[in-house]
Amino acid sequence: MLKFILRRLLELIPVLLISITLVFFMVRLAPGGPFTAEKSFTAEAIERLNEHYGLDKPIMVQYGNYLLNLLKGDLGPSFQYPSRSVNDIIKETFPVSLELGALAMLFALFVGLMAGIVASLKPNTLQDHVPMGLAMTGICMPSFVLGPLLILIFGLWLGWFNASGWELPIDRVLPVITLGSAYAAYISRLTRGSMLEVLPSDYIRTARAKGLSEANVIFKHTLKNALLPVVSYLGPATAGILTGSFVVETIFNIPGMGRMFVLAAFNRDYTLILGLVVFFSLLVVAFNAVVDILLGLLNPKLRMHS
Amino acid sequence: MNRVIFFTILILLSGCSKRETPVDIGNREKILHLGNLSEPKDLDPHVVTGVSAYNIISALLEGLVTDDPNDPSEKTVPGVAESWTTSADQKVYTFKLRNDAKWSNGDPVIAEDFVFSYQRMLAPAMGSPYAYMLHLLKNGRAYNLGTLNVFNQVGVKALDDKTLELTLEQPTPSFLSQLNHWSWFPIHPPTILKFGKQNQMGTAWTKPENYVGNGPFTLKAWRQNQSIVVQKNSLYWDAETVQLNEIHFHPIGDHMIEERSFRAGQLHVTGTVPIDRVRYYKDSKPDQLRLDPYLRSYYYLLNINKPPLNDIRVRKALAMTIDRETLAQFVTRSGEDPAYSFTPPYLTGYTPPIRFSTDIEAAKKLLADADFPNGDNFPAMTLLFHTSDLHTRIAEVIQQMWKDNLGIHIELENVEWKVYQDRRKNRQYDIARAEWVADYADPSSFLDVWLTDGGNNHAGWSSAEYDTLLKKASLTVDTSERSSLFNQAESILIDEQPIIPLIFLPSKSLIQPSVKGWNPSILDHHPYKFIRLEVN
Repeated sequence: MLKFILRRLLELIPVLLISITLVFFMVRLAPGGPFTAEKSFTAEAIERLNEHYGLDKPIMVQYGNYLLNLLKGDLGPSFQYPSRSVNDIIKETFPVSLELGALAMLFALFVGLMAGIVASLKPNTLQDHVPMGLAMTGICMPSFVLGPLLILIFGLWLGWFNASGWELPIDRVLPVITLGSAYAAYISRLTRGSMLEVLPSDYIRTARAKGLSEANVIFKHTLKNALLPVVSYLGPATAGILTGSFVVETIFNIPGMGRMFVLAAFNRDYTLILGLVVFFSLLVVAFNAVVDILLGLLNPKLRMHS
Repeated sequence: MNRVIFFTILILLSGCSKRETPVDIGNREKILHLGNLSEPKDLDPHVVTGVSAYNIISALLEGLVTDDPNDPSEKTVPGVAESWTTSADQKVYTFKLRNDAKWSNGDPVIAEDFVFSYQRMLAPAMGSPYAYMLHLLKNGRAYNLGTLNVFNQVGVKALDDKTLELTLEQPTPSFLSQLNHWSWFPIHPPTILKFGKQNQMGTAWTKPENYVGNGPFTLKAWRQNQSIVVQKNSLYWDAETVQLNEIHFHPIGDHMIEERSFRAGQLHVTGTVPIDRVRYYKDSKPDQLRLDPYLRSYYYLLNINKPPLNDIRVRKALAMTIDRETLAQFVTRSGEDPAYSFTPPYLTGYTPPIRFSTDIEAAKKLLADADFPNGDNFPAMTLLFHTSDLHTRIAEVIQQMWKDNLGIHIELENVEWKVYQDRRKNRQYDIARAEWVADYADPSSFLDVWLTDGGNNHAGWSSAEYDTLLKKASLTVDTSERSSLFNQAESILIDEQPIIPLIFLPSKSLIQPSVKGWNPSILDHHPYKFIRLEVN
């Protein structure tokens, strides 16, 4: 297991290096810079700002300095927000995205598993068609449609929730549903499929023959095996939820990392863009590794092979 | 089983009645919720550039003069300075500071604080974008450009704790209105020095736990991209007037989301109104819609170095074909005024010249004279703008007006914000959308743009006569003579047509009926100490 984790960590280095190099040079190719503004700064002011941020140095020197600082864990200052470093901004925005993502994941798992199990118990009846029909709608409906729709109904017409913001616990409800529902839909289809595969197997018949209660048969015996495809989906899904939350963060005006990423690109905030790319890459690789380990724990067959 | 589910749903539903909205709570607890469009870069007046930062800084800091809440034309009234005298040559202003003016940590506001602030603003190392505002001070420019190293030769002096003397390079009639700009606000020297050097930007002094200001409010919380909260400053010299306990600034960049938040009862006043919603509010909730005159000019820039735009007849033909009344009435529809000049007609004591009108026949003739009869052989040209509903609609309509009336086809080019700015700055355009918002209430805030060495003169236009007239106006103390010089200068600008004036955009906002004292202002300034929340 240790060897496996070490190999994963080593793989991380080239991935990071390639993405940093690509992004470092690509953001500088984009027209405009951090200090182009509607009302032009004076040439002297721009010169001073370039000096302040080291943008007056040759580009390879800037690149080298960036990598050196990165080794020390310093992602540099933000160009757009002079009194905050990129590290500060990540520290402030990541917990928000994490909370949103984690709640959305829990929602997706709970709703998805329940719907999948319910549907699989009586296949091709109404009890199957209704949740699966909803799931299909959920997969097809993009969050930028679902979000405003939920706001309109529950925020503006019924007046139960705020239309935007992240101040009160109740502000979490609509964004979490918006972000989680597509994943819930996908999980429900996966669960139904694998439940239907496992349910007819011999050991389930044996379990029933032993006289175990139906709940025991489903949750203890069937679900454990039926969960495997869901777990392998969780890795990419969690990474997707965390990095793809910017649409939902924008719709609900949530101060998370996804929205910050989009703003950084608009503002040509070079260091902030790079810092967030580094952080996102780390996240994605880490989640995939965690899922591999989890799968190993759940399925002894996989452990044997690796 | 079914009964259990039914009752669970019933209980859940009964728990979810209409909630008490932030606006309801705000009305009761005197907390004002404002839409603030974007997250400010910082709260340091020597670093920031935009309106969204001004909106917060004007709650935290107070300059020598401040806004008169009842005068939309933005006459200034005493702020930290209770009175002032002017020398006979109008070059030396002596300000008497209020005895009871205090910083939020209890320190008295003294003249030396202003000297320290202006030295910081002008320090070359600060790279402050608005340092040029202080070039009015004697030797201010030289010190800012680094050609003068001793600050005591700059025209700012503390005669004693409560007397500040500002010496100008030359008499400047608009000086008092310029003083109302945040670049002239004081900062608290011990706080700056506690968290860094005098000339250092981006230090921790602007964090809520460190911020010391002299305005009617103090900084309570700053949650990035979420909200900035300021609370009443009990040490403020005029704290008695201040009615609000707190103001929450919400940075909501998307206009539709901001409007939804307003409807959901989360905002008292919005930063703007989506163009498609203006009609709805006009028709069904006129008391919640505010459209007030604002010093904001919307125009098209012409690249006069590029044929055929180097021909003045072509430029005039383009300008004369646009029906601005139709544009304002049927396209933008938010109370815009048609523009035939660059300066809006809202300034006291200045009437901008009207030098042309919509005249399609004359325009056709001009184009024919320029060798493009009926638009024949007119070269391919593009109109550059950045992604926004407003710009797209205006561009499409004008494109059609040019096609119908002159027979010429102009391609539209919609690009991203920074790309647009970059191309405009480097003059990589034929025609480009542009707008200008005044920094202070004076014609010079508009007309200085087109000086030959003006940093925002993106047209590349230059006229020695124009420069001379403006230079003369800046030295003229007599108001009517000054106004006539501005008028002559603007006439030259419009006659030569490096720009096509289109419309004057109003300040647009949605406002809850409980907000009182939110008065019209051509700079869109709303001094918070006079704002009240009252429920009928």
